Order: sequence, then structure tokens, then C-alpha cells
Amino acid sequence: MTEQIPFDNQATDNFLEKADSLGLDNARLVEMLKTMLRIRLFEEKANELYALGKVHGTMHLSAGQEATAVGTGFAVRKGDYLINHHRGHGHFIASGADLEKMMAEFLGKDTGYCRGRGGSMHIADVTSNNLGANGIVGGSLQLAVGVGLAAKMRKEDRIVLTLFGDGASNEGIFHESLNMAKIYDLPILYICENNQYGMSASVNRVSARTPFKYRAEAYNIPGYYVDGNDVLAVYEFAKRGAEHARGGQGPFFIEFATYRYFGHSKSDRNLYRSKEEIDSWRTHRDPIIRFEGNLKDAGVIAGEEAKVMEQEVVKEIDAAVKFAEESPEPDVATLEDFVYA
Amino acid sequence: MPEITYREAIHDAMVEEMRRDPSVFLIGEDIGTYGGAFGVSQGMLEEFGPERVVETPIAELGITGAAAGAAMVGMRPIAEMMFSDFVLLAMEALANQAAKARFMFGGKATVPMVLRLPGGSGTGAAAQHSQSLESLLIHIPGIKVVMPSTPYDAKGLLISAIRDQNPVCFVEHKLLYKSKGEVPEGEYTIPIGVGEIKRPGTDLTVVSTGIMLHRCLSVADRLAQEGLEVEVLDPRTLRPLDTEMITASVKKTGKLLVVHEAVKTGGWAGEVIASVSESDAFNYLDAPMRRLAGKDVPIPYNRLLEEAAVPQEADIEAEMRALLTNQY
Ligand SMILES: Cc1ncc(C[n+]2csc(CCOP(=O)(O)OP(=O)(O)O)c2C)c(N)n1
Repeated sequence: MTEQIPFDNQATDNFLEKADSLGLDNARLVEMLKTMLRIRLFEEKANELYALGKVHGTMHLSAGQEATAVGTGFAVRKGDYLINHHRGHGHFIASGADLEKMMAEFLGKDTGYCRGRGGSMHIADVTSNNLGANGIVGGSLQLAVGVGLAAKMRKEDRIVLTLFGDGASNEGIFHESLNMAKIYDLPILYICENNQYGMSASVNRVSARTPFKYRAEAYNIPGYYVDGNDVLAVYEFAKRGAEHARGGQGPFFIEFATYRYFGHSKSDRNLYRSKEEIDSWRTHRDPIIRFEGNLKDAGVIAGEEAKVMEQEVVKEIDAAVKFAEESPEPDVATLEDFVYA
Repeated sequence: MPEITYREAIHDAMVEEMRRDPSVFLIGEDIGTYGGAFGVSQGMLEEFGPERVVETPIAELGITGAAAGAAMVGMRPIAEMMFSDFVLLAMEALANQAAKARFMFGGKATVPMVLRLPGGSGTGAAAQHSQSLESLLIHIPGIKVVMPSTPYDAKGLLISAIRDQNPVCFVEHKLLYKSKGEVPEGEYTIPIGVGEIKRPGTDLTVVSTGIMLHRCLSVADRLAQEGLEVEVLDPRTLRPLDTEMITASVKKTGKLLVVHEAVKTGGWAGEVIASVSESDAFNYLDAPMRRLAGKDVPIPYNRLLEEAAVPQEADIEAEMRALLTNQY
């Protein structure tokens, strides 16, 4: 058995005081909730389109993990580098993705972020320093070091937000990446999204010691283990990490504990976990229900405001679907474009 | 004879060998309760337990290196890369360790391991989950590369691979898992390095395996209705290659087309054609030898582009007709 380690974040009695101390005003808090809803509903729509046969291949849905995406996305700055992993829809949306280009990519259209070449697993927006989602587990950990080196050499005021899962943390590259990041003191914010399983492998069965913050400590990198379904806690630690990295103090590591509701990908029959377990996270620890409740209790939103917000988001998503469906397929004659620069 | 799927054939070969030989074991990601990403090892954890169905963290280099190490001391591991693309993370263990040990140690070591590699495109999985890397693997002396196209071949070849004294890369095609074919009950083996004439003919020799073999066969059947007799050969093993079968056929037909999904440049078709060029079959040629292969591009996500990236039946038919009618 691995140790049961408590979270490093503290529970708060006074939500608004805490938000205020983090510099989050009401408008920002509302925007955070709206972004979480946008992620959830966007993925639900994508899932629907998949069932209709409009999305090719497979998809890795992140429903249940919205607080991690929004808390980190809101804690970094525009222009910071984003290196995503395969379960990355939420992070893109939190970083301000254009839903139309995103949906178009899901449908493989020429107007998509990757002109239909990448699909849901490879969405990137390189011009805005979003270096894409990676189909290779641990891929983000490889690239982060080089991006961090470049940022440091060029004295850029940018950090490298690097996302990966608990599963990726068991690839050898995890260790190479953390060690190199520390010896060169690179501005990397390592975010381990621990959603309890890497495909069917429960984190404790395949990891000799958890939480992973101990591994960060082994490389002399500050490491924290935080409730990833509490968006304020996520924001607090991500912000602290971003400041640390931006301030020239080197890499920073946070593991966010969260949970994925859907199967790993489209072929998953969920045999390795119980329905009760999934239901219990959905009902008792859902990040959106929780945050919405916090905002209501604190009087930040009232009455039907959340509903209205939801309707607005649905409209955005419907527009994205319409755009995607009306967009052209890539021209087959361009197949061999983009292999070389 | 009973009909089973390609997936079942591979599953049955592993199960039967594990029942027969306690040194055989499985190692890989999600091969237990999940049953493997493509369901090939379903039920095996229940039968053999976690000691012989070794579920690993996501660690391809670790898996392949562990298989090589266990094999060097007398076990017979069957390691699985969830997608063949991930063999690129395992290349060190495969190419520098497993492939080299016997030679470097003066013939005193053996590395009897199998590395199962589900490959190929056609599932919309895009560039990092759709490659056909078999051509890369045949470049490494010390490993064998097997690529079955039917359930019958898959079972017989996998049993041979498990019993082989060398590292064997066993390349499966994802689109074939559901395909069905006759497989006898009980044990049989197919020797590694021996191809098969899948369809006899006199006018053109076509060499292909994996999913492409089926496309070639269906085109050949259509052309036969017009009286054009194509001989379709399945090498089944890419290294060592059954050059005898190929040269004998070319001597008969005088024409050769090689069809594969792997990208053209550096693809194994080049080896097939070179082996004919170097043999006396060269004197029997009536036409240039040709290759039809995957385009030199990563596999795209979009369905139309994905299809255009690898040979489809229409492309194969056009190539065959060109050679048959001397219009190349
Ligand atoms: C190198 C590599 N190995 C295996 C896979 C197949 N695969 C894709 S995602 C995944 C699980 C990853 O787990 P984790 O890093 O925890 O992320 P999660 O999927 O839970 O978000 C696996 C095994 C892969 N894509 N790349």
C-alpha cells in the first residue's frame, strides 16, 4: 500500500476572502465557471458527434478534470508556452482556444487548427506558443526541456506550462526531463494531472511511491500535491508555480488529484473500476457543481445566472459545430504538403 | 475447419504456448483486466495470474528491456507495444540489446523473445498511432520480422516466433483483428522465413502481406474475370525473406509488383526488388519491377487524406493493369 498523503492545499472557510487574496474578482470568478462549463459542454457535443460517426478515430475526454484545466490556464499569461498531452481539450479551451477551429479539427476539416491533419489528439496553435497535444505519452516532458532552454537563452519572460498524466510519470523521460530542468533551472511549470488511472492501470498499482511530488523533491524541485477538483486551490498553486518559474527560480511541480468520468478512449469498457466509484466522484466531487455552489453561497452569482451562462455556452458550441460542418475537407491533392518546411 | 478471427488466432497461440511452456509469459501495458488495447489478451490474466501476465506502467523501454533480460536467462517473454509506433521508444532495448547480444557474446547468448506490434493506418488515429514501421525493423541484423495476413498464418507463425531462439518482431495489422479465416484445432506451426503463394497466376507476380495482401487478392480476383492471371505471393516473414519463392515466381511471370503500406522510401519493397535484380530471375523480366507503397508522408487524421496516403484497391488495380498491359 502506498501512503495516504493529505493535500498541500488548505480548506477555506471564507471563499471570497481566499479569492480576493488570490487577486480574483467576481468577474474573473464568473469567467472561470463559464470556462469550466464550456469545456464540459464542448466535450459532450464532441462525444455526440463521435457517436454520429462525424469524428474519426478516437477521443480522450477530460470531463471531470475541468478545474485543473481552468485553474492552471488562468494562472499563466498569454504568450507563455503550452505543451499539452492527449487529454488536452480542457487546457486548450482554458487557454482561450477558438472553438470553431477546434471543432473543425475534430471533424478533420481544412479550417481546423491543424488543417484536418492532426485531429483531437494533436490540436496545436503554434503561432500563439501552443505547441500542441501529444499522442505519445510523455511527449510533453521531452519537449519541455528544449522549450525551457530556448526561453532562458533568449531571456524571454515566458514560462513553459507542461501537462502530463500520472501514467506519463512512469516513462523514463519523466526523470530525464525533471533532472535536466533542475540542473539548468528552466522556467517549467510541471503539471501532473493525476486522474487515478493511466488507461486501466490504477496509479498506485504501477507507481512505487505516490504522490509524485516526492519524485520532484528527489530532483530538488519544489513539489506539491493538491486537490485538482478545487479550482481555487488549483489556481493558487499554479500561480505560485508560475511566479516561481518566471522569477528565475527554476522548475516547479504540482500534482493535481482529479478523476476522469468517461472511459480512457472510445474502446474502454471501464472494467477496471466500479460504477460506484465513478458515480461517487460525479456526485460528491464534481468540480463544476462544487465551484458553482461556492459562487452561489458567496453571492457571486444568483438565481438563474448559471443557467443563462450555460445557454450562452451552448450557443457558442452550436456555432462552432455549424462552422465545422460547413467547412471544406482538405484537398487530397495537398496530401504531401507540410512534410518538410 | 472452424473459422476464427485474427485476434482470436493470436490469443489462442499465446494461450496454448503458455499452457505448454512455463517459461512463456506476457508483459505489457493494460494486458490484464483491459485485455490489451485491441482485446488480444482477454481472459489471460484470469487463467495465468499476474505473475505470468505482467502488467506494466507506461514504460516501453522498460518493457522491452525487461523482455530482453528475461530472455537472456532462459524465459520466453511475449512483450506487447500497445501500438507499433511505440517501438520507437523501445528501440534501444530492441536494437542495441536484444538484437546484438548473441553476436557480441560470441554466439553464447540467446534472446528468445517476441515483440508484438499492432501497426498500420485506417483507424483515424493520426500520425503517431498509425505507422507501418516494419521496414525500419528489417534493417537490424539479429532480429526477425514476421507480418501475418490471415488468422491461420498469425497463429502458426506466432507459435514459431515464441519457440524461436531469437528476438522476433511480430507485426499485426489493426484492421485485420476482426477478419476471419479457417484455423485448424490443435497445434501447428508455420516456419519463419517461408512465404506462401496465396493465389497462383501466370501473368504478373505481386508480393504483399498484411492488410495490403487482401486488397491485392481482391483485385486479382476481379482481373481474373477478364482472363488476367495475377500470382499473389505472401512472404509472411520480411526478415528473413523467402527470396526463392519470389524469384521462382518472377521467372514464371516475368513481371513484379510489390505492394506495401509502409512508406515507399526505404520500404521493404526495395529489398524484394533488389533480391530479384541480384538473382538470375533478372534475365526473365519483361518489364520494370515496380513498387506501390505508402506515400512518403505521416498518416493524416482526415479520412480522405488518410485513405490517399496508403494504397487502396483502385491504386492497386491501376498498377497491376499498367504492368499487365505494358503501359508503365
Ligand atoms: C508512449 C505511449 N505509450 C502508450 C500509449 C497509449 N496510451 C495513451 S494514453 C495512455 C494512458 C496515459 O495515462 P496518463 O498519462 O495518466 O493520462 P490519462 O490518459 O490518464 O489522462 C496510454 C497507455 C501512448 N499513447 N504512448
